[in-house]
Amino acid sequence: MPDNAILAVEDVSLSFGGLAALSGVSFEVAPRTIHALIGPNGAGKTSLLNCFNHFYTPTAGRIRFEGRDITALAPHRIAALGIARTFQNIELFRGMTVLDNIKLGRHLHMGVGPLAALAYWGRARREEIRHRRFIEERVIDLLELEDIRDQVVGALPYGLQKRVELGRALAMEPKLLLLDEPVSGMNVEETQFLVRYVLDIREVWDVTILLIEHDMRVVMDISDRVTVMDFGRIIADGPPAAVQHDPGVVTAYLGEPGRREATA
Amino acid sequence: MRFFLQLLVTGVALGSIYALIALGFVLIYKSTRIINFAQGELVLIGAFTAFAFLSQAGLPPALALPLTIVVAVVLGFTVERLLLRPMLGEPVIAVIMVTLGLAGILKGSARAIWGSVNRPFPDIFPALSLTLFGVGIPGPFLWGCLIAGVCLVAFTLFFRFSGWGVMMRAAANHQAAALSVGIDVRRVFALSWAIAAAVAALGGVLLGAINVIDMNLGAIGLKVFPVVILGGLDSIPGAILGGLIIGVLENLSGGFIEPWVGGGVKAVAPFVALLLILLIRPYGLFGTREIERL
Repeated sequence: MPDNAILAVEDVSLSFGGLAALSGVSFEVAPRTIHALIGPNGAGKTSLLNCFNHFYTPTAGRIRFEGRDITALAPHRIAALGIARTFQNIELFRGMTVLDNIKLGRHLHMGVGPLAALAYWGRARREEIRHRRFIEERVIDLLELEDIRDQVVGALPYGLQKRVELGRALAMEPKLLLLDEPVSGMNVEETQFLVRYVLDIREVWDVTILLIEHDMRVVMDISDRVTVMDFGRIIADGPPAAVQHDPGVVTAYLGEPGRREATA
Repeated sequence: MRFFLQLLVTGVALGSIYALIALGFVLIYKSTRIINFAQGELVLIGAFTAFAFLSQAGLPPALALPLTIVVAVVLGFTVERLLLRPMLGEPVIAVIMVTLGLAGILKGSARAIWGSVNRPFPDIFPALSLTLFGVGIPGPFLWGCLIAGVCLVAFTLFFRFSGWGVMMRAAANHQAAALSVGIDVRRVFALSWAIAAAVAALGGVLLGAINVIDMNLGAIGLKVFPVVILGGLDSIPGAILGGLIIGVLENLSGGFIEPWVGGGVKAVAPFVALLLILLIRPYGLFGTREIERL
């Protein structure tokens, strides 16, 4: 299936100085799947995500999105192609309201040339209405953000901020959604909400989701495919059930098997 | 009373020009977190460019003024492209030193081109006078106040409502997040510098119309500093109010205190006010109050 992969990572390496964060990482994400990227802390998951956005530039290898090489594309151009993301440590426009944050996710689809504001009437106005409806119906309603839409983001509790960040990414109407630890720091109830949203989103939208997550129950429940990383390499790649029992994965998470075998 | 009103009104006019210049300063700080120490020199270059077009090339004001703004915008883009963009991602203090260097270069160039004599500005605005509460306001002050006021309102609306304005606010707020939603942050930065240079040049022209211009015009940058600190470094309404306060304060202290204690009070008063206000509100009148959660 190399040709129909929405995202293809080809032999990507990344080093900071002499430190190798990623070495020869290759895998593919199939369209309309939920694909999980897991691995112990420091395995290089977030570094890899940052390469997809071109926040980091890989020292070697290629990243292709819908067949197109995006390795050297500027971050804002990559976003325009249809890749949206959330961040591990919530990166919102803290001084702005929930609605403004979400609207900023939508700005890619709105003609915001310096003259667009002048030519507001007519076509631009109909466009504006369409975008507003999109935000209302498909982002705010779906994520249940109605009550807090006019509140300043910086003052909201953590779980809600995560939801707003997801909303901003959704407003971009992306083809590929990258979620970096969407449920970290959430309690059980919030986690269940978020899992339901992610499943809803996949159901309602034509979107592919690549998520980094530590919560194994979430990963095993919702993923179609799981890629496991350790020390900057891929150590396993397959359906959740297969990966779960992969000896290499068990070692990465639980340490060398020697001692366990001795006690068994 | 008449004297007081006279000082007050001209103070407001001067203050609105300060506010206009301060706007450029706030803009750059807001979007890039850089304190631009060359803002005064941008005023200097703008004023002398206008002088060159008006007096040296003999162009009519209707042509000379737009040309001056175009030159300023090009200068802003060039400075950003050549000096600031390579510094992207470097420590803020290093970038601030670059703006200090830029100030030196601009000032030196202006001196080399135009020499250090006073230059009178020709009359660029149609005669206009207004009598308010029995006080006659001279034309140049009136024009200065009017033009600065219109620009300030236009920019405030631009930031609040236009797509570019919202993008500029977003880039200022969080760069990585702005990039991730597809905002071209480098273009936003370039635009900030271009606008900052344009308002500086316009400020220079308005000041030139009120007074003669000379090489010390760059010192306006230091006067704008209390204006923006007073208003809060990142607030546009703050810059406007700060500008008005400093303009009025300067004029009143020059008119009422200076005759009693001798020269210099006019120059010192803004900084005294600055110190007092910072003691009470360290983040300025409208600045963002940084709250750190531990």
